[in-house]
Amino acid sequence: MSKFKKKVNTKQEIPTSSMPDVVFMLLFFFMVTTKMRETSINVEQKMPQATQLKKLVKKSLVSYLYIGTPKKIEEFGKEAKIQANDVFIETKNVIQWVNAEKSKQDEVDRDALTISLKVDVEAKRGLIADVETELRKANARKILYSANQKLDL
Amino acid sequence: MARSTPEIPNASMADIAFLLLTFFLMTTTVASDKGLLLFLPPPPEAQPPEDVEVQERNLFKIQINSSDKLLVEGDPWFSTNRELIDKIKIFILNNGQDPLSSDNPGKAIVSLKADRGTTHKMFIDVLDACQAAYHEIYAERAGVSVVQWREISSDPNASPEAREAYDKGRGINPDGSVEIPMALSIAEPTKVGG
Repeated sequence: MSKFKKKVNTKQEIPTSSMPDVVFMLLFFFMVTTKMRETSINVEQKMPQATQLKKLVKKSLVSYLYIGTPKKIEEFGKEAKIQANDVFIETKNVIQWVNAEKSKQDEVDRDALTISLKVDVEAKRGLIADVETELRKANARKILYSANQKLDL
Repeated sequence: MARSTPEIPNASMADIAFLLLTFFLMTTTVASDKGLLLFLPPPPEAQPPEDVEVQERNLFKIQINSSDKLLVEGDPWFSTNRELIDKIKIFILNNGQDPLSSDNPGKAIVSLKADRGTTHKMFIDVLDACQAAYHEIYAERAGVSVVQWREISSDPNASPEAREAYDKGRGINPDGSVEIPMALSIAEPTKVGG
């Protein structure tokens, strides 16, 4: 009968000695992939949805413009504003900003600069068209209207 | 000489690591650079304002007013985006069959005109439909899915196969021009308002 005697002393614990290694591995992964956001966004940002999205290949060649209603309405008013880096800029200063962004890039890459327009859904077309006109004058003609993937359809 | 070797207590190491891990997990933002890619025309002053004769039949007009209502080819539009995509596709690929529609894909122009009061949401919706129509035509010609086509077209020089599919989808005329160019014209917005 002793043949079928149940083992009662099986250890049921998960070995924890390798846990720090596993955790460190995860930690390094997130440390390497984390990219800290440099700017705090001061305008409303609700992205529109679209189906025909494209990815940008060269991330270093992208500059961002944020357009939307300011988050602090009592301070900046209800009109949609353009935010570049950390400050609000006027439409007429867009050319200046583009040139500053271009000078940050290598000389060979300057004309390949993409402007990513992160525009709030509620922003009006008039302001965006004005920005587009300025971008055309500044010869930064490759633009990307940031959007999220539409799920239905 | 027996000397006790100094040891760092490593029981709390996992806790510290977890703390750091949680911090990086929370601060990580997955960079999502996705959207509708668009090439703007050269600045208005650079080109002399020559009157390019575009025949009425080669122009597919989409207008959006300030209350986000659509006017397609002069008629109010109430249908879905899907039907709009199909209508644009039929227009582009008409090849002179219907005398009221385009002569050939090379001449066809999709014109998108918004009002200054149109919301960005509506504009993106319609722009999406226009791009979808072209992408579907290209993808079908190249024999790939629309998703694959978008990947290919965002970097056509990634591989020789991608380049080949890209050229097949858009078509190259003997004189070097593109057979079906994505002719999307975004006009200056109107100022009607209301």
